[in-house]
Amino acid sequence: MKLTTLTLVATFAAGAAFAGGMVAPADVAFTEDGAVEASLSGAAGDAANGAKIMTTKSLGNCIACHEVTALSEAPFHGEVGPMLDGVADRWNEAELRGILSDAKRTYDGTVMPAYYKVDGFTRPGKAYTGKAPDGPLDPLLSAQQIEDVVAFLMTLKDE
Amino acid sequence: MKFKAMTAIAALVISAPFMASADADDDELVVNGEITMVTKTAAPAHLADDVDEIISGWHFRSDETQIMQADDFDNPGMIFVEQAMDDWNTVMGTKDKSCASCHGDVEESMAGVRTVYPKWNDAKETVYTMEMQINDCLTDGMGAEPWKKSGAKMARMEALISVQSRGMPMNVAIDGPAEATWEAGKELYYTRTGQLDLSCASCHEENYGNRIRSDHLSQGQTNGFPVYRLKNAKLTTAHGRFKGCVRDTRAETYKPGSDEFIALELYVASRGNGLSVEAPSVRN
Ligand code: HEC
Ligand code: HEC
Repeated sequence: MKLTTLTLVATFAAGAAFAGGMVAPADVAFTEDGAVEASLSGAAGDAANGAKIMTTKSLGNCIACHEVTALSEAPFHGEVGPMLDGVADRWNEAELRGILSDAKRTYDGTVMPAYYKVDGFTRPGKAYTGKAPDGPLDPLLSAQQIEDVVAFLMTLKDE
Repeated sequence: MKFKAMTAIAALVISAPFMASADADDDELVVNGEITMVTKTAAPAHLADDVDEIISGWHFRSDETQIMQADDFDNPGMIFVEQAMDDWNTVMGTKDKSCASCHGDVEESMAGVRTVYPKWNDAKETVYTMEMQINDCLTDGMGAEPWKKSGAKMARMEALISVQSRGMPMNVAIDGPAEATWEAGKELYYTRTGQLDLSCASCHEENYGNRIRSDHLSQGQTNGFPVYRLKNAKLTTAHGRFKGCVRDTRAETYKPGSDEFIALELYVASRGNGLSVEAPSVRN
């Protein structure tokens, strides 16, 4: 079971040169406060790609809920979550990785989705089809995509 | 709560989105210059712990969309009401009857009906939606085929019946024999579904007034259903809308007409008790 999950995640992150240091969603080590210390992909993140993931509807779609001044060229920023300007002054890299992977470990009961989680859901479906899934779920973002978004968030400093 | 190391600024930013209701506008809805709609009113007693005021989805739409609903000549949903008027008078099925054969003038016989649906059906010993009643009339009363659940014919007949209650306050019963179904609906309303792990309350109770991408979140009331949606240029039933909302949580949806959606319809309708029936409303 764990093996299939691993392979799935590995294929999902196609484009990464190697899956060496990859952590599967079920194996992510959260601190008591919900942070994740180590890179999920074993590699560094690409901030420019992170910005793209955040504004792409089929990927992070983060701006559906968050306003980000640095991404103001993309249309339709929402207001369900807090404005993310200066977010790197409030949280360190490990904390941001934790919020992205499973925000409920940082914010009890939050509406922010867990981007690196594949089980424990009620009636999960096959993406946005409304149908039952064909097999195990993929996380909303791959390990490397999470790292890319974290790298972008780390550039959001006011001070 | 695990809020650690939050700066004062962060705490401020986070509390802001929840001061939401101020975002509903203060416009007034008077249809055809004569039916004044109650589009905001005190929440019914059963919601006392959840919201103070209930607000029609009409308040969250743009001025251009709002105004289409103020006059039947501008309301594209009224075309479907006219089509349903033909259905009302059409003889169907083996018993050679039309709806009118039993119910006469729809304006008289159906006034007020919409305000109490879904409601307990004594003979069938279960909660009935208007759609279930219509299908019983078709099959048992007329010897005709039932119509597709949430289909186009069903939606327009519901619109014709609902329009006879326009301006009257929603008033579904939540106690007595309907209570167990209402409780089941409430449970569903607060259950988070799908990979996004969101419940109806996540969007329509905690975040109404906020924008989610380009959409302005309402309280998700059903007093305007069936609604004419500009997006797909046709009438949408409450179950059709529920299905879309559940799908948007990346969940496996329930089916229109399912026990789950019947219970949810009763519960969501009860959250609008006191708001005027607006059907067919206009939304994007
Ligand atoms: C459905 C809404 C929603 C989506 C989508 C969403 N978030 Fe959030 N996010 C929230 C909410 C709400 C909070 C605040 C936590 C709370 O109070 O529940 C939050 C908090 C945060 C925080 C901490 C903010 C601070 O000021 O301290 C970060 C960082 C964050 N989100 C990043 C992201 C990123 C990156 C994405 C996309 C990959 C994303 N969010 C997608 C709703 C969302
Ligand atoms: C991810 C966010 C989200 C969730 C979760 C959600 N909805 Fe919605 N819903 C929307 C949006 C966006 C709209 C369109 C704008 C509006 O009217 O709020 C909408 C509209 C509606 C409407 C139409 C309101 C009107 O005035 O026309 C109803 C009814 C509704 N939702 C009910 C529900 C129910 C019941 C559930 C749970 C089964 C639910 N929603 C879950 C986002 C959501």
